[in-house]
Amino acid sequence: MPFVSVRDLKVAFDGVQVLHGIDLDIGRGEAVGLVGESGCGKSVTWLAALGLLPGKAKVSGSVTVDGQELIGASPRRIEAVRGAKIAMIFQDPSSALNPVHRVGRQICENLRLHRGLRGDAARAEAIRLMDIVGIPSANTRFDLYPHEFSGGQCQRVLIAMALAGAPDLLIADEPTTALDATIQAQILDLLSNLRRQTGMAMVFISHDLGAVSTVCDRAAVMYAGRIIEANDISQLFAAPRHPYTRGLFDAIPYLDAGRARLSLIPGTVPDPRHLPQGCAFAPRCARAGDLCRDYQPELKEQAGTGLTACFHPIPTGSASRQEVFA
Amino acid sequence: MLKFTLAKLARALLTILLVMSFAFIVLRLSGDPAQIMLGPDAPQDAVDAFRARWGLDDPLWQQYLAYLKQIMTFDFGISMRDQSPAIDLVLDRIPATLALTIPALLLKIAIGIPAGIYAALHRESIADRGVIMFAIFGFTIPSFVLGLVLVLIFAVTLGWLPAGGQDGWEYAILPIATMSIGGIGIFARFTRSAMIEVLGQPYIRTAMAKGLPWREVVWKHALPNAAVPIVTLLGFMVGALIAGAVVVESIFSWPGIGRLIVVSVANRDLAVVQCILLVIAASMVMANLLVDFAYGVLDPRLRHGHAAH
Repeated sequence: MPFVSVRDLKVAFDGVQVLHGIDLDIGRGEAVGLVGESGCGKSVTWLAALGLLPGKAKVSGSVTVDGQELIGASPRRIEAVRGAKIAMIFQDPSSALNPVHRVGRQICENLRLHRGLRGDAARAEAIRLMDIVGIPSANTRFDLYPHEFSGGQCQRVLIAMALAGAPDLLIADEPTTALDATIQAQILDLLSNLRRQTGMAMVFISHDLGAVSTVCDRAAVMYAGRIIEANDISQLFAAPRHPYTRGLFDAIPYLDAGRARLSLIPGTVPDPRHLPQGCAFAPRCARAGDLCRDYQPELKEQAGTGLTACFHPIPTGSASRQEVFA
Repeated sequence: MLKFTLAKLARALLTILLVMSFAFIVLRLSGDPAQIMLGPDAPQDAVDAFRARWGLDDPLWQQYLAYLKQIMTFDFGISMRDQSPAIDLVLDRIPATLALTIPALLLKIAIGIPAGIYAALHRESIADRGVIMFAIFGFTIPSFVLGLVLVLIFAVTLGWLPAGGQDGWEYAILPIATMSIGGIGIFARFTRSAMIEVLGQPYIRTAMAKGLPWREVVWKHALPNAAVPIVTLLGFMVGALIAGAVVVESIFSWPGIGRLIVVSVANRDLAVVQCILLVIAASMVMANLLVDFAYGVLDPRLRHGHAAH
């Protein structure tokens, strides 16, 4: 049985459906990437699963953790999962820490909640965690405030907070988007190492395909509130089947590409209030036919190449630049 | 920190000096106390004697310098009307004013802030709409209208409470109610929007994601952040403890500072008006100083005078 199992998860804000039935399994210790453009529902999926969406969001479907249902569960039961079984880190680390509390105290809060540590024991453990995530002279920085840390260090603090509950799954929601390129690489390294050391599973939400490929075993590509392709990293990168996935890869700039223009996916992501009938990607897709414009393709197994939601997937073996990348 | 404190104090003193100078000049340009005190039919020699007695014949700048010199020695002048020291008249009246404004402030805090928090936590509920409606009613209705309506209902029609005067605790009820209703509305509205703003911040989501119960998220993570704007408003209201009751004291014939200032201005009782304005300016400036220091306590980003300017 997978550790987390998401079935037909749907979310609507003010009557506008933004998530159209997500199915996703996360096994123990597995690292899964969730890829897609802003607004495609990557983060909403996990915020909905953990009950972190504002009250006006309508959530339906099922999310089970260790067989325990989260959707519609009592606040007490969801609180027992948050931080303890599933921890989450966020996109903008500087504003994700409370500006009026000392950094150490915020880590200690997790230790009190999930391990019952208080006082000196909590302090010692918090400093140890700060050490592990690579905050220099943690002992003296324990009493500083978030504004006295850089963005990268704030993200390290958030990771330390997440580790404090010894979670089985870490949701990393665009953890490097707000950071400089060099810091991004350090944080990705840190996350990979921590996963190896602790054996926790990880969901890595990102629009950065490169980052996903370095951290994850498997990835799911999302478009307009649906998963449209899911596969092992190596296969996905070697032979993307969905035209949207292929478009994402083709839009990656290469150092050796000379002065050639990047290929773009024509058009823009549809407004969730006015989704086209049929496949949401059809209006932008060169391969789309009448079928695509009338019916929604289901996410299903395509002869040994993972899951794809497409009536006209790209044939395997077609030449692509991704061979260089993978 | 010391430099920050000294700069704040220097600016506070400068503010008080400006208020005093402004009051001094405007009062002297706005009418002749001799004419008003003695009446329009007073003989010329009496007017001249009065002017000489109070130094009103000297050039304005000389009067001003004399006044400053006086103030430096904590001599706040003599009332032209009562012939007694102005400061004594003012200090006599302060307890009566505080007897209204302090309970009113406590009511504003005790009702307004919790109502605002409740409304923010139950957004778009009936209770939230009720709080908003009450708040708008509270701060749009002028106190002279509200005061008269309350008198009409509770004193004239029902006869439960006295309409004015100061003869016991029941006389304070209507003035305090009149003053606090508007403030409760302002506090509720302000607290509500401060809380809503804070509850939408990413660190609230972090606090929830770590598994904290909602109650702790609100108490430990949201409220301390919402406190900064609330303290700003609180400082404003503390500063108005002495000056804030002018209209209400007049409606209810309450013998406080507000009534004293109305009477003294009408009589051009220069020393008394100047003394009241000095006390009011000092209380406002003090409240502002307290707020500035409270900012530093509440928000570490505002410490050491970084953003407190």
